Amino acid sequence: MAETFTARIWVLGDDIDTDIVIPTEYLALKTVNDMRPYAFSPLRPELAAQIRPGDVIVAGSNFGCGSSREQAPEVIKALGVRCVIAGSFARIFFRNAINNGLLLIECPALRPDVADGDEVTVTVGREIVCKGKRYPIASLSDNLLEIVNAGGLVKAMRRRNGLD
Amino acid sequence: MGATFIEKLIRRNTGLPEAKAGDIVTVNVDRVMIHDIFIPFVKDKFEEMGFTRLWDADKVVLIYDHLVPASQLDDPRHHRIGNAFAAQYGLTHVHRSDGICHQLMTEAGYVKPGDVVFGTDSHTTTYGCVGAFSSGIGYTEMAAILGTGTLWVKIPETIRIVIDGVLPDNVVSKDVILRIIGDLTAAGASYCALEFSGSCVEAMSVSSRMTMSNMAVEAGAKCALFTPDEKTAAYCEIPLTEELRALHGDDDAHYIRTLHYQAEELVPVLACPSQVDKIRPVRALAGLEIDQVFLGSCTNGRLEDLMAAAAILKGNQVAPFVKLIVTPASRKVYLQALENGTLDILAAAGAIITHPGCGLCCGRTGGILTDGERVVATNNRNFLGRMGTSKVEIFLASPATAAASAIAGRIAVPE
Amino acid sequence: MGMTLAEKIIASAAGVDVVRPGDIHTVELDLLMSNDGTTHLTIDMYNRLAHPHIADTDKLVWVVDHNCPSDSPKTAASQKKMRDFAKTHGITFYEGKGVCHQLMMENHVRPGQLIFGADSHTCAYGALGAFGTGVGCTDYLYAMVTGHSWVLVPESLKFNLYGHLNPGVTARDLILTIIGRIGANGANYKAMEFGGEGLATLSMSDRIAVCNLCVEAGAKTAVMEADRVALDYLAARGRTPKAVFYSDPDAVYAQTYDIDLGSIVPVVAKPHFVDQVVPAAECRGIPIDEAFLGSCNNGRIEDLRAGAALLRGRRVADAVRLLVVPASGEIYRQALAEGILKAFMEAGAIVMNPNCSVCWGSCQGVIGEGETLISTGTRNFKGRAGHPGSFVYLASAETVTASAILGEIATADQLPPVEG
Repeated sequence: MAETFTARIWVLGDDIDTDIVIPTEYLALKTVNDMRPYAFSPLRPELAAQIRPGDVIVAGSNFGCGSSREQAPEVIKALGVRCVIAGSFARIFFRNAINNGLLLIECPALRPDVADGDEVTVTVGREIVCKGKRYPIASLSDNLLEIVNAGGLVKAMRRRNGLD
Repeated sequence: MGATFIEKLIRRNTGLPEAKAGDIVTVNVDRVMIHDIFIPFVKDKFEEMGFTRLWDADKVVLIYDHLVPASQLDDPRHHRIGNAFAAQYGLTHVHRSDGICHQLMTEAGYVKPGDVVFGTDSHTTTYGCVGAFSSGIGYTEMAAILGTGTLWVKIPETIRIVIDGVLPDNVVSKDVILRIIGDLTAAGASYCALEFSGSCVEAMSVSSRMTMSNMAVEAGAKCALFTPDEKTAAYCEIPLTEELRALHGDDDAHYIRTLHYQAEELVPVLACPSQVDKIRPVRALAGLEIDQVFLGSCTNGRLEDLMAAAAILKGNQVAPFVKLIVTPASRKVYLQALENGTLDILAAAGAIITHPGCGLCCGRTGGILTDGERVVATNNRNFLGRMGTSKVEIFLASPATAAASAIAGRIAVPE
Repeated sequence: MGMTLAEKIIASAAGVDVVRPGDIHTVELDLLMSNDGTTHLTIDMYNRLAHPHIADTDKLVWVVDHNCPSDSPKTAASQKKMRDFAKTHGITFYEGKGVCHQLMMENHVRPGQLIFGADSHTCAYGALGAFGTGVGCTDYLYAMVTGHSWVLVPESLKFNLYGHLNPGVTARDLILTIIGRIGANGANYKAMEFGGEGLATLSMSDRIAVCNLCVEAGAKTAVMEADRVALDYLAARGRTPKAVFYSDPDAVYAQTYDIDLGSIVPVVAKPHFVDQVVPAAECRGIPIDEAFLGSCNNGRIEDLRAGAALLRGRRVADAVRLLVVPASGEIYRQALAEGILKAFMEAGAIVMNPNCSVCWGSCQGVIGEGETLISTGTRNFKGRAGHPGSFVYLASAETVTASAILGEIATADQLPPVEG
């Protein structure tokens, strides 16, 4: 059963690196919640305060390039972002997001057509609809769905260790 | 049909003789590296997952480098948590102030050709310099490896990069890899393996190759690979077996792309603010005033880098009101540079020489800059805000370009 | 009635024959030192003046040493302001070359001078027979603009040193012992004058360590007569005295202390006050997380030699961080040449560039909650070296190094012999 949701979007460019998502300066804060105010601060210092739970980030290619910091997907999730739709994702970020249950959708065609504040309706694994236009999207591969379905890698390992 | 380097390496690791690009396989991990920024998170996830012991304590290396010396009040907490984790789970490979993780992993002998290695840092691609498959992962996956010793990977497609000929005197491997990243773009090698070969690469030292494998991730690569040769064997202090020699890509393997370079045609280049793939020749920017120079990092903080800079700085002074900050990559590099007189040349020229560690490259201390300032740096990233405010301009360059620029107080072509 | 050494320097700077404690005199300053702790504030005030003006640029010495290399955009901005101003106005400017007071001693201070520094430890300059005192930025700015300032002539305390320090006992132990004896406000507003036959046994490095710390007893300044040791140091650096003053035999002191150097033992100042001084032996066994060998108080070549000597054939304890920070670039290169830095690096120490480091405690090597530092720095106030819930013990280079080796507060005589 495909999940569908509608959300307000924030639009960013290409090559949004992990230092932009959460600068190194803040990586030793004790919790990801402490890091929330600094998300995206080098690029758009006001953005973290503007994002509301349920919003969606739309970006260009190579989103999440740079370091392996898992705080990057975690802080996006902590801001309540429902999913990130980008032209493409950097490899480590992609794995980290899946492992933390942050939904990522590849859709290169969307960003050129949209602006901050637009609304998108996402049907996971099928399509995005925005301003009347339809954008087909692929579904996740089976091995990744397995981790996502388990509720992330931690839960998958807990199950393996007979804890849940 | 032949096989790529990464296909051969994965077959060797998994015992799956037919494994090929695109397959999802479970690899047996030979070594893992965790650094100080992420150890508290690894510990939490490891325990939350319900593990009570490490799969193999001898295969785990814990390195303090991003937070040495501590610059913020919570930094020592990471070291206390790391120390407690090491004590609890019997971890003996702990480096508390010996230098940058990526330098230590090969330098201290933790990584050998053909190994499969993961680290909680994107520049883990570095170990491909000795022919290991190494890649960066997040702390959740690291925690899972600590418990299981395995990880699933999708075998990457390979981009083959062939560099032939002899580099001009003022061009080094840093210029080569910057040029390649410029040509590939920051996402051009996403999910791919880079495989380097050609007479120019064969002539390079392991240190020079390390610069290139280190930066492969800046083109999005999953790993970068150099075929083990006599230099690799000498560096790793192992015999060069036929089995290791066979770790190379076959000519008739499937490559999604092949790039050819002729070394004689390459020139000193810079990556301009604020993308690593924004490459321009140094001469096109020569004369631009600078405020600071940073010589260091896992990209270019090794002995040959310090010596290259010292050769240019010898008998000269850093320009007035310009800072040259030197952060050697490891304790061993510091001691070697101390013993062969390199440190004294740098100090006499006015350099500020810090203890080995990540220093300015990780943007927490070590020469942070402010609005309107411009820095020439030998590290691997020039992202917006990486070394201070978002109005700092970071130019990435070779040690020679950095040294020449420090003397001139302006971007300068090394001669 | 005669005058003390401090009184004579003030009289000379005021252009009068006689001054007495309690007098207020307008004096001409010889040098004005300022560092990155406060210079940006001075510049802000300067820029608000109706008629900004510098009386004599040649008298200004500016030093970036407190956060070096810079650790945040904020400190970078302060330092840039300082650098740009120095560049525009042609002010003598050091960055990354060492701790301000050490650079002043190596390159600028001359006997007989009256010097303001926008830093409390400016009293160090008394080691060369100069009157150095710490001021705030408002005082500093006034002096910078006019070349003058006013000084309240302090009463003097006299410390007559006799005998000599025993092996393993340092000038650091001496001054900590004195501060412990007279208390943190024992010399408030006063000048501490050191003399007696015992002074001749102290090296320049020892003397700087003694004078530098006098502000921790509240002193306005510390002074020593420029004797052969001081004049040789000066001559070796190509400088000459402005004037060499001696206290009159009938000078009046608020109090005189006779100190037998032979009675001094290794001591530590316990958290959180510099005058909480006890014999180091009483603190043995307290676990430490970090040890610091450096600062304007104890980061000279003699201190580094002492530390390195103890470390040869030994190692820093596993989980202890030993931070070694030479006080100046000259000392760094000397230590490099003598194999001292090699010894530290081989023993597992963290060797940093010359700067204030954890003595200033805002970035390099800060200690965390519940952690303990043993330090050759100048202060052990609560939170001085990092977290408010941390602990700082002050001690000599020998005691600090021995503690780093054993992982707990220890004196050098506790170290087991080196094998082989």
